[in-house]
Amino acid sequence: MSPATASFSHDHLLGIEGLKEAEISLILDLADEYVEQNRQTNKKKDLLEGLTQINLFFENSTRTRMSFELAGKRLGADVINMSTSTSSIKKGETLIDTASTLNAMRPDLLVVRHGSSGAVNLLSQKVDCAVLNAGDGKHEHPTQALLDALTIRRRKGRLARLTVAICGDVLHSRVARSNIHLLNIMGARVRLIGPPTLIPAGAERLGAEVYYNMEEGLKDCDIVMMLRLQTERMHGGYFPTVSEYFSLYGLDYEKLENAKEDALIMHPGPMNRGVEIDAAVADDLTRSAIQEQVEMGVAVRMACLDLLTREKRGGAK
Amino acid sequence: MSKYTLYKNARLLDPASGLDQKGNLLTKNKRIAALGDDIEVPEDANIVDLKGKCLCPGLIDMRVFVGIPGADYKDTIMNTGEAAAAGGVTTVCVQPNTDPIIDGIAHIEFLATRAKNALVNFVPMPAATKQMEGKEMTEIGLMVGAGYKVFGDCSTTIDNAAIMNRILKYASAFNATIVQHLAEPSLSKNGCMNAGDLATRLGLPGIPTAAETIVLERDMRLLKSSNCRYHASQVTCQDSIDVIRSAKDKDLNVTAGVAVPHLALNEFAIEDYRTFMKLSPPLRSEEDRGAVVDALKDGTIDVIVSGHDPEDPESKRVPFEQAEPGVVGLETLLNVSLELYHNGSMDLLEVLAKLTSNPAKIMGLKSGKLKKGAPADLCIFDLKSPYQIDAEKMVSVTKNTCFDGKPVQGRVLQTIVAGESVYTYDG
Repeated sequence: MSPATASFSHDHLLGIEGLKEAEISLILDLADEYVEQNRQTNKKKDLLEGLTQINLFFENSTRTRMSFELAGKRLGADVINMSTSTSSIKKGETLIDTASTLNAMRPDLLVVRHGSSGAVNLLSQKVDCAVLNAGDGKHEHPTQALLDALTIRRRKGRLARLTVAICGDVLHSRVARSNIHLLNIMGARVRLIGPPTLIPAGAERLGAEVYYNMEEGLKDCDIVMMLRLQTERMHGGYFPTVSEYFSLYGLDYEKLENAKEDALIMHPGPMNRGVEIDAAVADDLTRSAIQEQVEMGVAVRMACLDLLTREKRGGAK
Repeated sequence: MSKYTLYKNARLLDPASGLDQKGNLLTKNKRIAALGDDIEVPEDANIVDLKGKCLCPGLIDMRVFVGIPGADYKDTIMNTGEAAAAGGVTTVCVQPNTDPIIDGIAHIEFLATRAKNALVNFVPMPAATKQMEGKEMTEIGLMVGAGYKVFGDCSTTIDNAAIMNRILKYASAFNATIVQHLAEPSLSKNGCMNAGDLATRLGLPGIPTAAETIVLERDMRLLKSSNCRYHASQVTCQDSIDVIRSAKDKDLNVTAGVAVPHLALNEFAIEDYRTFMKLSPPLRSEEDRGAVVDALKDGTIDVIVSGHDPEDPESKRVPFEQAEPGVVGLETLLNVSLELYHNGSMDLLEVLAKLTSNPAKIMGLKSGKLKKGAPADLCIFDLKSPYQIDAEKMVSVTKNTCFDGKPVQGRVLQTIVAGESVYTYDG
């Protein structure tokens, strides 16, 4: 079945865990088509005309929220952004109350980011429309993993049997968790590299090899995925100093030598230059796919919005 | 005029004496007057034919929370009493984190007044430190004088070693028992479930078992100099069990408890962020759950508690990290514990000892046994009848049980407190 007409059996996109290989491939195939659409002068389609998409962000975000907003608008949906400062949502009652209030306005798509793991799952149980997880706590960020996969697949032609190193602050990273799930489902090999204090307990059992030495971990990797050091989520010292961290786990050309010659460098952004990644490496157009990731993000999100509303729209147009 | 009731054709079960036989039991007013095959029955005795059903001492639950936060204090006590009665529990040990905190004689009396009309016995466990702040000890001597034997800060760990050392030394002079909550705050404060790969997958901050064992190991070290009576409120993992076992081998005055959920469930019950499975300490791995069951069998763990903690729906219908820990448990204390008997892990009397005679001994109560002169606090249950736990049918106003829908065997038919029936199962 072509990606334009295939059906998608999930009501929501809450995480990568639980998706099947074919479903991920379907999203990526469809996203490929949207990449082409987005490169046209007229980027707009009327696929979601009449549908309402609400972006509900309990945590600050610029790029993800804008990416979802563009995705919705390019498909013709009415898009509304709602940002809630973290201070007004200390109690979870507000989350449920907000959900019921929004639900009463009859949206068709809810894109939600929340600081607590599982909060988006909880919200999805209280509304009647499709919910997309735009990041929940340290749990999942499925569209980021999908856009990473799309970037890799377009550059390398496949995901299976590639060796992908995910480096840095894995402990606080929902991006890492979604990527570990996705890469395992698609048959890639996953390595986690970071200081022991930033590698979560039992990480091996998620399907990854753990390295505390970056040079060893990068050896013969096809993809080097850097993670942002999430100092805002850290209580107390996880490493002595930023300069020690950069010297041991920051990606520079010297460490990159260990990876394959054509290894691709990725970062979900925003980057801390000189903390987890050297500025020159980040800006190296031949090696870095960081800008491309942003472009793929819009396409992947369009594919997700499209698939999750297919049943409602009575099949694909 | 004395009031007599004869419970005839009972299966009498008394863990304290090892009695398990068919027979009769006679109560006179508030006490047990006689038991056995051949007892003289006054003419005016009320006669209840149990037709072979089990009759054991009323259950004693060492860990029950009431009335916080915000709920109407009196009504909560009344409802806790009703839930206890429905669960065959005749004495609840009220944890001190009420409002106000039970940390002195005045507050004990306040609770006693509030609980005067409750269906079951409410025995407070006064705090060991003022306001449960872990800084200054409470008037342990005076409270022992008033008849209270166990002290502890319920859900707060007394984490300062010097203060704990002094409390243990001081309390030893009065034969008081200090009850400790095992959670090293610096390791547990941000956590909300067992540390490990499941917590990693769910993206939730974990609490390692070390948080529990570290406190226990430290306290055992302190006990060596005071040998005060010490009760580990809830142990949940193999490492802690090893520590208790070795302390008991060295004849330290240590006892330990476990809550029903930790016997029956492991961390996987959390599934997709089910807040009704959020507990303190958290549900552990299957290996640790198995170790806890083994420790109950070999006597390392002495007591099973419910940890009954009513939480209103608003405290549970929130993201997992923000949810309050705790479950109601009075009505699932006996039936879920009986699983240990039905699956062949333990003898019936062994299971019942953890629910009656052992907690009575630790708390210094006269109840918890079938003996002439003991309080007529009794539980009559049908060991065999199978059914599914239904939260909606629970007497407890709050329904935050972690056992909704669980098939169990064993139903409380009647509960008697001080010779009066306080609960009868009506189908």
